[in-house]
Amino acid sequence: MHVVVCVKQIPDPAAPGSLRKDTLTLDRSGKLVMDDSDSYGVEMALQLASGVDGSEVTLVSMAPGSETSGLRTALAMGAADAILVSDDALAGSDALSTAKVLAAAIRRAEPDLVIAATESTDGYTGTLPVQVAELLGMPSVTFAKRVSTDGTTIKVERQTEAGYDDVECPLPAVVTVTAGVVEPRYPSFKGIMAAKSKRIDVLGLADLGIDAAEVGSRGAREEVLDVADAEARGGGEIVVDEGDGAQRIVAFLEQLKVI
Amino acid sequence: MDRIWVLAETGEQGPTPLTLELLAAARGLAPRVEAVAWGPGTASIAGVLGEHGASRVYDVGDLAGALPGAPVAAAMAALVERGERPDAVLFPASYDGRDVAGRLSVRLDRPVLTNVTGLSVRDGSLVTEHPVFGGAQIVHARFTGEGPGIYVVRAKSFAAASAGGAAAEVVAAPAGDVGPTGAARIVERHAEEASGPKLDEAAVVVSGGRGLGSADSYALVEELARLLHGAPGASRAIVDAGWVPYSHQVGQTGKTVKPTLYVGWGISGATQRLVGMKGAKSIVAINKDREAPIFSVADLGVVGDVHKVLPALIEALRSRS
Repeated sequence: MHVVVCVKQIPDPAAPGSLRKDTLTLDRSGKLVMDDSDSYGVEMALQLASGVDGSEVTLVSMAPGSETSGLRTALAMGAADAILVSDDALAGSDALSTAKVLAAAIRRAEPDLVIAATESTDGYTGTLPVQVAELLGMPSVTFAKRVSTDGTTIKVERQTEAGYDDVECPLPAVVTVTAGVVEPRYPSFKGIMAAKSKRIDVLGLADLGIDAAEVGSRGAREEVLDVADAEARGGGEIVVDEGDGAQRIVAFLEQLKVI
Repeated sequence: MDRIWVLAETGEQGPTPLTLELLAAARGLAPRVEAVAWGPGTASIAGVLGEHGASRVYDVGDLAGALPGAPVAAAMAALVERGERPDAVLFPASYDGRDVAGRLSVRLDRPVLTNVTGLSVRDGSLVTEHPVFGGAQIVHARFTGEGPGIYVVRAKSFAAASAGGAAAEVVAAPAGDVGPTGAARIVERHAEEASGPKLDEAAVVVSGGRGLGSADSYALVEELARLLHGAPGASRAIVDAGWVPYSHQVGQTGKTVKPTLYVGWGISGATQRLVGMKGAKSIVAINKDREAPIFSVADLGVVGDVHKVLPALIEALRSRS
């Protein structure tokens, strides 16, 4: 079974984000890291692959400047290799263009199963994996809490408003996982050393047969008009607990008539 | 802006609250509002949809256990191909809503604007509002070019309101064959035991974060929620850590809550985390770090140890009842 995991490399979420004033796009000039949300997908892929003989995990990512540091993290966890799409013409791509690029890259890997996070931490559009599935002509099961497979079918517990659904789906298919569903492994020292020599194919748009005019800011069919500061919500009273913290809260709840 | 479609989702009690919010939003923007629904009981919700402003509901029909993403998107795309041309299609930011929106986006070759929290018409085109950087800033955006705009709208961005209209006309809109894309099937449905109100509808939300220290402490958050007749919520950090399921998550990547009272225990409120709860009428925050960003939006902030304040508060409330 060949499992492909979509991995996004994003600006460090611990650092404050900003929009570039000139282009109104997210500033991605700093060092990029693997989106934490994707560590669950990578772990899930590794676990599913280990249960089916002859399986392998390939990472697929799109990032500017041939950025690979986030991919090395996932390779160190145990993925076999990676495909990275990097092309200056991709700057400013909307989610549909990104989906077209990723779908083209994934198609080359001929996967049986594609795993992605339900949404990225930075953009959180949350539609890309399903767009990729539609482009690849595959079924999709989003918001998976638990996944198992025998290599031909997947069984998924899918999150719903009321609880969860047992969903079955033949492969190939696209699955998105929510955070916390598995415990991502920490890369071992051996894994980190091995990751340095694992293969990362860096592809441009020409390699994928995609017209540069149809993606990136040239091909984008949505525009940001302006960015405004949100209405500030004023802070209230801050007290330091000196054994009376609970009573202060009780008094506040009484005032609100909650109790 | 003449005509807007709304994807209508149905729950146990008919159309979901978010569906009715979207109908209200659509009504304020265009004279002609139509819904798209699926499932065996579309005829039975035509009355409510009409009352909330839909003049027509396209019925994709019973999906026989298939997940709705592929077939419902195919049915909508088929309507567009037949010449039905909405200017905009509003989708609920829900599990199924996003699936249908993503697939329709590919079928119509139109991008999607998601996490929409406001809609207005500026110079004849629909302008969206999106909170970014934890809601500190609002981005306004719009589509360029032809074709219907696809929008995924967050819960509680608009207020649902009845318009007193007649029942919507039900028009069959079958999906046709969607091939392998429709192969995912629901084998069994499980409703989780839920005592108390639903998280996104509760008047009181008690939420816990990393500052609780361990998964075990979350029981105290649940206990306080029960005492206040509210619902327990969670920050992304403790959902990521596997302490509580994703269905409890409040915030940018989770549920949007708009309760009368939100109480946050050990939640720092860093960047993305404040989206989803800033709409609360009153916010109480307890955190040991005086510099925690959540204090900047709290009506009452208590700088202290949650392991002392939380049990003391539970005890105080118990002794009152």
